[in-house]
Amino acid sequence: MHRTGELYGQFETMEQQREAASLGMWVFLVTEVLFFGGMFMTYTLNRSTYPDIFGEASRSINLTLGAINTVVLIGSSLTMAMAVWASQVGKKQLVTIFLISTLVLGSVFLAIKAVEYHEKFVEHHVPGFNFSFEPGASIATNAHAQLFFSLYFAMTGLHALHMIIGAGLLLWLIKQSMRGRFTPQYNTPVELVGLYWHFVDIVWIFLFPLLYLIDRH
Amino acid sequence: MVGTMLTVYAATIDLNRYFSGLNIIVALVIATCKASLVVLFFMHGKYSPKRTQLVIVCSVFWLAIMLFMTMSDYLTRPWS
Repeated sequence: MHRTGELYGQFETMEQQREAASLGMWVFLVTEVLFFGGMFMTYTLNRSTYPDIFGEASRSINLTLGAINTVVLIGSSLTMAMAVWASQVGKKQLVTIFLISTLVLGSVFLAIKAVEYHEKFVEHHVPGFNFSFEPGASIATNAHAQLFFSLYFAMTGLHALHMIIGAGLLLWLIKQSMRGRFTPQYNTPVELVGLYWHFVDIVWIFLFPLLYLIDRH
Repeated sequence: MVGTMLTVYAATIDLNRYFSGLNIIVALVIATCKASLVVLFFMHGKYSPKRTQLVIVCSVFWLAIMLFMTMSDYLTRPWS
């Protein structure tokens, strides 16, 4: 592993080496787009089949917490972008500060998500045993509502898993950054983790209207 | 970005029932705009080399193929 930012043999210039790294990260993100894409596909299909139940089930999710979380996550993307900028212009202390604020905002997001999950457990809205959408709901209503909540937990759960991995990567970056490793010549890890973090943000940008905002009027 | 977030909030809460499905269209258009801003500026998509931009466009294109093909199958099944 190279740490100091020397040029590898297979590249002609530092610029080329940097571009290759970010291109590789983008290719990985394409696979991630299609990974989440399968879930969005399932969602689209089931929502078009059971539009009314999906609307009803969606209204039972806590909109306020979801909206706060959207702002928190976009805010964390902003601090991440600032960390990338700081590492490129060589402001070493700012890099650490912005990385830590990103980690804090990401943790706030996960904490709020945990509160939302807790609500769903209390309401018996978690698919599986003891699922009950509303008292006296028909078997079909219960089954289709369960479909919505299965998708809700699968999609937000997978998203949360990505956030946890991102938080781990941030911890690693913060450690390196505190040692002053990132310079204008060498900041590829910050840039690539930044790309990953923004991608996770984008997934949430789509999850939020699709899961929280069905027929809210 | 926080500003765009607020517009989403306002736009989707309002009564948007001029024709059915307008709500989801508005919601997705706003989400797509926000995502595009993130890709173009936070992820430096605007300043990336052509190769990288091609990869970005490809991901959206492949996703569109999957959604379009599957839905055109399911929505044209009169027997189910």
